[in-house]
Amino acid sequence: MALLKCSNAAFAYDGHTAVEGLTFSVSSGDYLCIVGENGSGKSTLMKGLLGLKAPSAGSIETGDGLIAAEIGYLPQQTQVQKDFPASVEEVVLSGRAGRPRAAPAGKRNALSAWRPYYGRSDKAIARDNMERLGILPLRHRCYRELSGGQQQRVLLARALCATKSLLLLDEPTAGLDPMATRDLYRLIAEVNAQGLTVIMVSHDIGAAVQYATHILHLQQRQLFFGTTAEYLTSPEGMRFIDRTEFAAEGVEFNV
Amino acid sequence: MFSTLAEMFQYTFLVRAVVVGVLVSLCAALLGVSLVLKRYSMIGDGLSHVGFGSLAIATAMNAAPLAVAVPVVVLAAFLLLRLSENSKIKGDAAIALISTSALAIGVAVISLTTGMNTDVCNYMFGSILAMSKADVALSLILGSSVLVLFALFYHRIFAVTFDENFAKATGIKTGLYNMLIALLTAVTIVLGMRMMGAMLISALVIFPALTSMRVMKKFKSVTICSAVVSVVCFFCGVVLSYLTNMPTGASVVIFNLAVFLGFWAAAKLLPSMKERKTAL
Repeated sequence: MALLKCSNAAFAYDGHTAVEGLTFSVSSGDYLCIVGENGSGKSTLMKGLLGLKAPSAGSIETGDGLIAAEIGYLPQQTQVQKDFPASVEEVVLSGRAGRPRAAPAGKRNALSAWRPYYGRSDKAIARDNMERLGILPLRHRCYRELSGGQQQRVLLARALCATKSLLLLDEPTAGLDPMATRDLYRLIAEVNAQGLTVIMVSHDIGAAVQYATHILHLQQRQLFFGTTAEYLTSPEGMRFIDRTEFAAEGVEFNV
Repeated sequence: MFSTLAEMFQYTFLVRAVVVGVLVSLCAALLGVSLVLKRYSMIGDGLSHVGFGSLAIATAMNAAPLAVAVPVVVLAAFLLLRLSENSKIKGDAAIALISTSALAIGVAVISLTTGMNTDVCNYMFGSILAMSKADVALSLILGSSVLVLFALFYHRIFAVTFDENFAKATGIKTGLYNMLIALLTAVTIVLGMRMMGAMLISALVIFPALTSMRVMKKFKSVTICSAVVSVVCFFCGVVLSYLTNMPTGASVVIFNLAVFLGFWAAAKLLPSMKERKTAL
């Protein structure tokens, strides 16, 4: 049984279809990269996978005991966060704010699972994840004073606090310098190797084919879904990679 | 100094004013941190104008002022929240529309009934004489509920303030928490309005948060610092108001401004504060 299964799903805004014909599945341990140009429907699909937007047609099913609210999410940074007074520890811990307390089976109802403050296990999980990403020494620092790469690590640690199975990343390297970008990709690959399923939206096709096991290529509809090896030899993949490489060469040429 | 205080507290109306005022400043400061960070500062201002309108109507109808104003302002808060979240009219313009309309209706009602007198001045800029005994009881109940709810939902309020999308994706009902913040803000503003004045109450929400953000670097220390700054400024403001007969709202805001400038200067002038490795 797949972790996540999309069957002919479509998403629309005010009756205008943003993306359609989505049929793909994600199994446990996969690293899926969703690629496509701006406006191709990547972010819309992301919202759908997060449960923030209902499909206008078709369905998204979750399996393997994946609860919708147990998805870790690394969103793009917002303007509000840039001058937000919070310590690294506070931000990472907030990944636990939506988690219900582990209650004995059968006694699980909304009231007994609700608690106002973080428990010892929440703090231990936050600490482990900070350690895992090498930001434990920064835990008392102010989030807004960190570098872009450090901030992304903090948000990744927060996402890991919210999930045991599935991590969704929305353009995680946007605005990072090449060093920080490489570091972050490595961290994500490490987390994936440790058993976490990763779904990443990206327009960095080079990194996508380097790290991902599967590729989903969108252009207002699904152009391609399959393994990375298949993608590299498919007409869509060859065309897209050619074009982006050509564009990259053009940039170099201009410099 | 102490003799002045002793003299002040011989008057029961002043004791009442200080008790309610301290409670309201505490609530306003706590909520203010979230409102300022969420870029909702103007909602506080809009609500106070709606409050003014509803107080004017309550007075004209001879109804209990708080009993009318609380539900009206709570409704307005939900409306403003919806408007700033999703609307064709931009949020700030919508707030300006609602607040000026409410102000105009309030002024019209007053001038048609009691006429423009010192009462209006008190509504606008605040008075320490505004609290009746029934008002105090209601204020204490509502004010302490605001504090308790804030304390219980503190971590979720942080999560929703810092990153609404993430919070929503991880199962926090963000709409509910936004409504909670709006509800608590509305109640706080109505309670503090007659003492602080409709024109000046939003300062109580905005100033302490902005002041403590100059220096503090953790959400928790910003919250605590705001609460302390707010209560201290309110207390000093009431004393100044008693000594000089100045409207309470004005004197409290002047103290808030002074402390804000002090914190701002401290953050600018003391480089050690910026270079400190561990945050407060």
